[in-house]
Amino acid sequence: MELVAEQRGEILVVRAMQDRIDAAGAIQFKDRMRELTQADNPRVVLDMSRVAFLDSSGLGAVVAVMKALGPERKLELSGLTATVQKVFRLTRMDSVFIIHDQLPDGMRNAV
Amino acid sequence: MRSETGQARLEEGPDGTRITIPGDPLAVRDGLHALFDTMMLRALPEDDRGTAEIVLAEALNNIVEHAYARHHGDIEISLQLSASQLLFRIIDTGLPMPEGVLPAGKLKPFAAGDDLPEGGFGWFLIRTLSRDLKYCRDGTTNLLSFRLDMGQTAR
Repeated sequence: MELVAEQRGEILVVRAMQDRIDAAGAIQFKDRMRELTQADNPRVVLDMSRVAFLDSSGLGAVVAVMKALGPERKLELSGLTATVQKVFRLTRMDSVFIIHDQLPDGMRNAV
Repeated sequence: MRSETGQARLEEGPDGTRITIPGDPLAVRDGLHALFDTMMLRALPEDDRGTAEIVLAEALNNIVEHAYARHHGDIEISLQLSASQLLFRIIDTGLPMPEGVLPAGKLKPFAAGDDLPEGGFGWFLIRTLSRDLKYCRDGTTNLLSFRLDMGQTAR
């Protein structure tokens, strides 16, 4: 699971470089995210614009990453593709994440 | 231990497409890729393809995780496309469903700030997106079948 991180002020932008977060890659995704979010950034934005597919294991992994950040830090999502968006919407997980259509202003050149 | 059963085998015929894959997570990923790259599925609208991949992925992941929890085996997937629907049939030789029935797949209520669930979404997604979901155990074989309505899946 290739993830590329870049610090933008107090925000850590992590870009998922692979086209799927699925049962075969969910544990790796969680482990790698844990490594990348060791520093105390109050906001972490996960750019999912290259992720065409996410299954329930992938969804569980994204939820686990958010929970691991703790109550003081937030995981925000950006650039959900159509199928990924559908999984978040149907499971109502779209109500617990801050979801951006694209990377917030000032971060579009990130990574 | 890796599956000894080898590579995926894909057959495309006039009546539909059939693929047999080893029951492990990477083979599921590769099998979905091969299947959704066939002419039959590439011709579907993007939204329908996405829905079909979600439902099929959840059904296959469940077989890998539970039916083949104690031994390895293959999964055979066949699908037929008619004008307005896709019919899937999935066969494995793993453990039977507990009590011989499919999980209810109810989404537990939650709110932001709760201890959020990290699983239990699979059967909810399958049941929400598919129709005519059926399971039967025949000897040492599990058979799961369901239909997807094309053009009406944007729920």
